[in-house]
Amino acid sequence: MSEKLIDSGNNAAAMAVQLAAAEVIAAYPITPQTPLTEKLSELIAAGKMDAEYVAVESEHSALGVCIGAASAGVRAFTATSSNGLLYMSEQLHWAAGSRLPLVMCVVNRGIGAPWSVWNDHQDAMSQRDAGWIQIFAKDHQEIVDMTLKAFRLAELVHIPVMVNYDGYYLSHTYMPFELPDAQTVREFLPTYDYAHTLDPEKPESLNTVTLPDARNDINGVKQPGYMDIRHNLHQEMRLALQVWEEIDADFQQRFGRGGTPILDPYRCDDADFVVVAMGTLANQFHDVVDRLRDEGLKVGVLALQIYRPFPTAIIAEALQSVKAVLVYEKGLSYGNQGALYADLKSALYPYPNRPQLHNFIVGLGGRDIGTEDLYQTLKTACLQEALGTPEQNDTPQWIGLQL
Amino acid sequence: MTTAAKTNVLNLSTEEFVHPGNRACSGCGLSILYRIGLKALGRDCIFVVPPSCLTVMQGLFPIAASQMPILNGTFASTAAIATGVRAAMKRRGKQTQVVAWAGDGGTADIGIQALSGALERNEDIIYICYDNEAYMNTGVQRSGTTPQGGLTTTTPYGKKEQGKNLPEIVAAHNPAYVATCSASYPLDFHDKLLKAKQISGLKYIHIQTPCPPGWGCEERMTVKIGKAAIDCGLFDLYEIEDGKKQLSEPSRKLLKKAKLPSVQEYLSMQTRFKALSDEQIAVMQERIDQKWADYRQEFCAE
Repeated sequence: MSEKLIDSGNNAAAMAVQLAAAEVIAAYPITPQTPLTEKLSELIAAGKMDAEYVAVESEHSALGVCIGAASAGVRAFTATSSNGLLYMSEQLHWAAGSRLPLVMCVVNRGIGAPWSVWNDHQDAMSQRDAGWIQIFAKDHQEIVDMTLKAFRLAELVHIPVMVNYDGYYLSHTYMPFELPDAQTVREFLPTYDYAHTLDPEKPESLNTVTLPDARNDINGVKQPGYMDIRHNLHQEMRLALQVWEEIDADFQQRFGRGGTPILDPYRCDDADFVVVAMGTLANQFHDVVDRLRDEGLKVGVLALQIYRPFPTAIIAEALQSVKAVLVYEKGLSYGNQGALYADLKSALYPYPNRPQLHNFIVGLGGRDIGTEDLYQTLKTACLQEALGTPEQNDTPQWIGLQL
Repeated sequence: MTTAAKTNVLNLSTEEFVHPGNRACSGCGLSILYRIGLKALGRDCIFVVPPSCLTVMQGLFPIAASQMPILNGTFASTAAIATGVRAAMKRRGKQTQVVAWAGDGGTADIGIQALSGALERNEDIIYICYDNEAYMNTGVQRSGTTPQGGLTTTTPYGKKEQGKNLPEIVAAHNPAYVATCSASYPLDFHDKLLKAKQISGLKYIHIQTPCPPGWGCEERMTVKIGKAAIDCGLFDLYEIEDGKKQLSEPSRKLLKKAKLPSVQEYLSMQTRFKALSDEQIAVMQERIDQKWADYRQEFCAE
């Protein structure tokens, strides 16, 4: 039987990992992820979850343990935040290159220096090119559902998946959510047999040195070189979008939730102006959109649920005929623009009637994101657009600066 | 303390796990250890290997130099990855021996954090460090175990600092088993591995491994130089179990000798020590003499 609960986002994630029957958990404490791993260690110690918990000495080792376990064919999980994610960065690339079906929750937090324990998305954005699939949850229900779907996706496409959710906004707040029935989850996420694992009966040497060129094996069959292996990762990551949609459809059939695996639009159908945002920020815009709609502005908000692989065609199709796209994000590529903004601009470039784009940077290091600020900046941008098309301005506008 | 079965050339397994032809340099001490070590470990093993000479020795994809399952991992995380493999084996109810096999740089320097963590958790793995006393795979740069005075490409006038005593650092964690070995005594290594396989918890084996291109000697001198290091009392073969240290035969027999050959004989066999001054050699000799005076008190009183 499914269960209705009110609990924290971190506990929601822990219970999803328990339901997913991960067998090896390795983690290192870092705020605001810590309660998630505490909960998992508690579930395992109490015998409520049948898994190995490895208390490691660093995040680099946390993902190292998961790499070892997954290479030996066992479902593994870790979680981190901020500098912890950066400390394991080398292992992220390794896990992706090794095509391991790992799942990791990243409880998003700003990166030092200076230290900040509060939320933004710079940690996840800094790892966008590591070869991991990156999805973003907006509420506790999505944390649960996305975590379960993430294991299925990782195991089907052999690419690790990062489930992102906002530190404190979700990790430490309590919200109602439904925890799915364990038997139904087992049917949705059956145990999986890996093709290439460490097995003395079928010895294979994994991740050996490759040469620039493809090379024959002892039977004279040409085997891929480094570049071919990396090309496969890219191609299969692009195909993962479709697999993600199929998984979502299956999930919806079994559990009654889903239908927005890639984009989650709110009042976008006839919108002239569309906000694009990820995570809780997209939900915060619902009230702003309602207020501006009441004032007669045709505004909507589009939550981007999956950032890597970037759903280039899907999002461009959704936005190509609107008047303006307003990209609000909690991170940026320093010295340039918001990373999401740059991605969207590039996705829309081939469309002749492409909209103008505006970039807003908000909430770095937990700076409060006032709904009034969102309302004012969005309204101003929409009115400017309505008056006549201003020049495309790529300079991001920082909202909420205090000095 | 149990005595290991004595393997000799007559009863050593004739089964080969390493294919003829691999990418080791000629005279490589590691290749001796790898060939003989695999005979002791047998087929029910999984190896975890960080960047090292062993990575290269294994061969280039899609060809492998041995018939073992090997997981190549990142430099700093050998002990962590081995922990993960062992956890997976436990989940599958398998006894498969997990063997981490790394160099001195991968163990004493970049990998020491993960090793220390695995030691503290007393993971049920064998960790082998083949110590050729520098970063040989990248072309002879100094490592934490490079001896004082040793010439490397990053210590062009000789290393100023003393090398880390890694087996003692490991022993301070009080693991299940610590042993030192030498590439010049591969059967001693073989039998210590047989013993390690029977012990649960973390087993650490540290092997002095002569490297002709890195140490500056002829390929034919590998075994002789390794033996000379032990004969002069510089490098000792021992085992530590339950906190108790016991010298292994090649070193124990030195207890009976009134005087050991001077360290100078060992040093002069290699070009890497040519920058050592007479004073530095005298200090080195004094340290060895003191160590053996302590050993005689410790072991001869029994």
